[in-house]
Amino acid sequence: MVVLNPTGDIALQQRNLILFATGIMLLIIVPVMVLTVLFAWRYRRGNPNKVYDPNFDHSTTLELVIWACPLLIIIALSVVTWTSTHLLDPFRPLERLSAGRPIAPNTKPLEVQVVALDWKWLFIYPEQGIATVNELALPVDVPVHFSITSTSQFSTFYAPTMAGMIYAMPGMQSVLNAVLNQPGDSWGYSGNYTGRGHTEMRFKLRGMAPADFARWVARVNASKGTLAAANYGALEKPSIKVPALYFGSVMPGLFDRVVNRCVAPGAPCTIDVMRRDMARSRGDVAGRSAAPLHGTTPTPALFKAPEDKGTGPNVTKPAKPGAPGERKQGDPRNRDLSATQPFLAPGALRTARSDPQASGHS
Amino acid sequence: MSDHLLKSIFGRLTWESFPLHEPILLGTFIVVAALGLALFGALTYFRLWGYLWTEWFTSVDHKRIGIMYVILGIIMLLRGFSDALMMRAQQAIAFGDNQGFLEAHHYDQIFTAHGTIMIFFVAIPLVVGLVNFVMPLQLGARDVAFPFLNNLSFWLTAAGAVLVMISLFVGEFASTGWLSYAPLAGLAYSPETGVDYYLWSLQIAGVGTTLSAINMVATVIKMRAPGMTMMKMPVFCWTALCSNVLAIAIFPALTAAFFLLMLDRYIGTHFFTNELGGSPMMYWNMVWIWGHPEVYVLVLPAFGIYSEITSTFTGKRLFGYTSMVYATVVITILSYLVWLHHFFTMGAGPSVNSFFGIATMVIAIPTGAKIFNWLFTMYRGDIRFELPMMWVVAFMLTFVVGGMTGVLLAIPPADFVLHNSLFLVAHFHNVIIGGVVFGLFAGMVYWFPKAFGFKLDEFWGKVAFWGWVIGYWVAWTPIYVVGLMGTTRRVNHFDDPTLQPYFIVAAIGALIILVGILGFVMSIVMGFVKRDQLRDLTGDPWDGRTLEWSTTSPPPAYNFAFTPVIHDLDAWYDMKSRGYERPAGGYRPIHMPRNTGAGIILAGLALSLGFGMVWYMWWLAALSFAGLIVVAVAHTFNFARDYFIPADEVALTESKRHQPAVGA
Repeated sequence: MVVLNPTGDIALQQRNLILFATGIMLLIIVPVMVLTVLFAWRYRRGNPNKVYDPNFDHSTTLELVIWACPLLIIIALSVVTWTSTHLLDPFRPLERLSAGRPIAPNTKPLEVQVVALDWKWLFIYPEQGIATVNELALPVDVPVHFSITSTSQFSTFYAPTMAGMIYAMPGMQSVLNAVLNQPGDSWGYSGNYTGRGHTEMRFKLRGMAPADFARWVARVNASKGTLAAANYGALEKPSIKVPALYFGSVMPGLFDRVVNRCVAPGAPCTIDVMRRDMARSRGDVAGRSAAPLHGTTPTPALFKAPEDKGTGPNVTKPAKPGAPGERKQGDPRNRDLSATQPFLAPGALRTARSDPQASGHS
Repeated sequence: MSDHLLKSIFGRLTWESFPLHEPILLGTFIVVAALGLALFGALTYFRLWGYLWTEWFTSVDHKRIGIMYVILGIIMLLRGFSDALMMRAQQAIAFGDNQGFLEAHHYDQIFTAHGTIMIFFVAIPLVVGLVNFVMPLQLGARDVAFPFLNNLSFWLTAAGAVLVMISLFVGEFASTGWLSYAPLAGLAYSPETGVDYYLWSLQIAGVGTTLSAINMVATVIKMRAPGMTMMKMPVFCWTALCSNVLAIAIFPALTAAFFLLMLDRYIGTHFFTNELGGSPMMYWNMVWIWGHPEVYVLVLPAFGIYSEITSTFTGKRLFGYTSMVYATVVITILSYLVWLHHFFTMGAGPSVNSFFGIATMVIAIPTGAKIFNWLFTMYRGDIRFELPMMWVVAFMLTFVVGGMTGVLLAIPPADFVLHNSLFLVAHFHNVIIGGVVFGLFAGMVYWFPKAFGFKLDEFWGKVAFWGWVIGYWVAWTPIYVVGLMGTTRRVNHFDDPTLQPYFIVAAIGALIILVGILGFVMSIVMGFVKRDQLRDLTGDPWDGRTLEWSTTSPPPAYNFAFTPVIHDLDAWYDMKSRGYERPAGGYRPIHMPRNTGAGIILAGLALSLGFGMVWYMWWLAALSFAGLIVVAVAHTFNFARDYFIPADEVALTESKRHQPAVGA
């Protein structure tokens, strides 16, 4: 049970919290269950030796007890909740590698940028200048700072062996600080349902000794593929079962462009649109005269010409093979699992998807 | 005909919209159509259409509307449960190379339909149905405050259910999860008919639920029998009141969220899109401001049912009535303050998360107090383990576990690892099956003789009970376990073979629950077959304590020939112990509301409006909308809304009553 047997310190503390809270609640749950069975048995009609008191409907002492018992347990849990929520806040920089191993102040964590795509995970290592798809390698006992976003859907970045999940959201950036303490392979998932390819949206999490990690970085670096605006556009198209891909170099600032939804050449960045809109609302003359910036949006139903209404198929039939994954929004083909063929960016190094036996379940 | 004309008439409806290529659906359709035709033929052959129309469809009698709600809920339960069986089968076999028998998109529709149907068209109709049937009787009232509105509410709910069922065979249902979160449910990512079906069916049903809630609150406030102060009101009425107050406050939030999403889809606004300043997060907040209190809308009346049954079958006054009432009110208020716990993992910050986490846990205090109150009602009681009481004990043992896992999920750092996992799915099935469903079955078994004049068959009732209780534990315990193994929800295929045994056990559990469901259907059938042996002639088959047991089974249209006067909490118990004798004369004419067909006509028009909008048939939508306005206005000119039952007829009805064994 991976949640109860994690290899990362954050997940371990979360596990301990679950065990503690369960234990303290069992203090009241078990007696209630026992009393239920006991009373049900003892006061059954067939028992001649019972006391029957049809007007026993109030007892101040008992009422105090039955309100006080849950209250005390909840007070205890509330204290734990308040402190643990603050200490295990995903935004909070780590203070220890594991119990008794504090991190020296001013230690710079490893930066990993996570992008949830339809339906695969992109990991950018800005300091190493490399990127991977569906494979996340981390050196053990090194604190990691994840910056997380998404292209279109709300996914959750969830590596149960390492830490709890956090949402990856389009146009927004969330953060997770975590650390792995043991080498070994396990699986990470998207927790939140994002459409057809949700099931297959997993990545392999590989914990490595720092030396192995350096070798891994060098290997990825040696692969020829470059992740830039053009092939990011291809990568972004919906696809499933994408094998692990390595990109030896990455366009600088790609992650910021994803957050601002302006990777495609010519697309206006959200931050620029917002700046322009603020200028317009302030009555800034230059700003007001400028045309508003737009992305592409689907034609709403009421404005469609009859010919453009399309059909409402009963789409339980198998997906059409070979239909292209259009980037135009609102095109039904987008959700059609068009690129079910393994995606391969030009020049990228491809590794086979590892066998399921190696998963972290035990 | 040109494409332009065809599309103008039929919108996006084409031959592709029918599942001619899909054996599972085609088979289902043929079976449903055959059964429908058989039913239609039988009703025509036995000339029952007129009877159904005048006595049931147009009825404004709260008892008949309540029964129709319950029938709707049971039919939809069968649909929602077949979805569950298909999911369990898929997850039990889809490992490794085996992709199972459901393609991803089909599976996604099934879990969406399962959740949507179980909450909106099973739990709500069953709860509203029981409240409708029982509450006015317990209050000593003739009917609800607004009888016509009650009929309209039911038919709007039924219209929503029909629209969902149409989506099974025409086009497709949403594949976005039961709350259809933005941005996935936006036009950009779900351009097909599914989300439109979802939105329109829930909007139509939601109007019905809101109106019904207003009606029930007005009934409790205005229609109580003389002497029944709020603190002498049966607990079930209290819970029904709180549940409906909640519903009035939350359904508008859901309606607004759906309306804004509709605007996004139909006219291109950007409330919940990723582009142009839209905020999908806002949709999540709005649906959960509805969604969390909705849990209490369902479970509070179930708590009320448990209270009534415990008190009746232990032969005791309810322990701690006052604290029970306060606990209910406290839960009502707190339930508004916890919605954010559904997305702790969005990064709201530790202080906000802590606030919502602790607020959630605080609900466990009044809930725990309620459990203790039932426990101490059993203490020093004389417990008769008839079927309703068996459900209560099963509930107490099952629900506390669900409550515990709920508090666990309320701790934000714990939620980080359990959110969106199958542990979470197991938790809410634990509280909804163990809390709401067990309560509804208890209530249906308990009040069935009141509604139909005979008890359910006991053997098959026990089959239903054991099937559900054992089936629940077999089906959901392994799901808790795989959740702790890090398995996320809404997944239709697994790579890890070590998970498979758990899913196979869960599938077996679902089959045991199937036995329970069939057992319940059989208990009705066999009860009907053996109705002469199971007949309730006294009107008080369980030695009840509240007013509904003081009238006949089934009650006459006017409920009570004389409005009862209340002196104590357990009014009927009080009357019995004072040697109450039913008056034998002095009847007066009784003022009653008249039946009307306006409700079913309006609901039919709402259905065709929804269908037109889903399929982009603008002319149909416009006509239906105009029709709705015309019929609603015309109905206001219908002045023949009431009539009097003459005193002679009341006397005749009352004399047919068998002499109840009262005060003996």
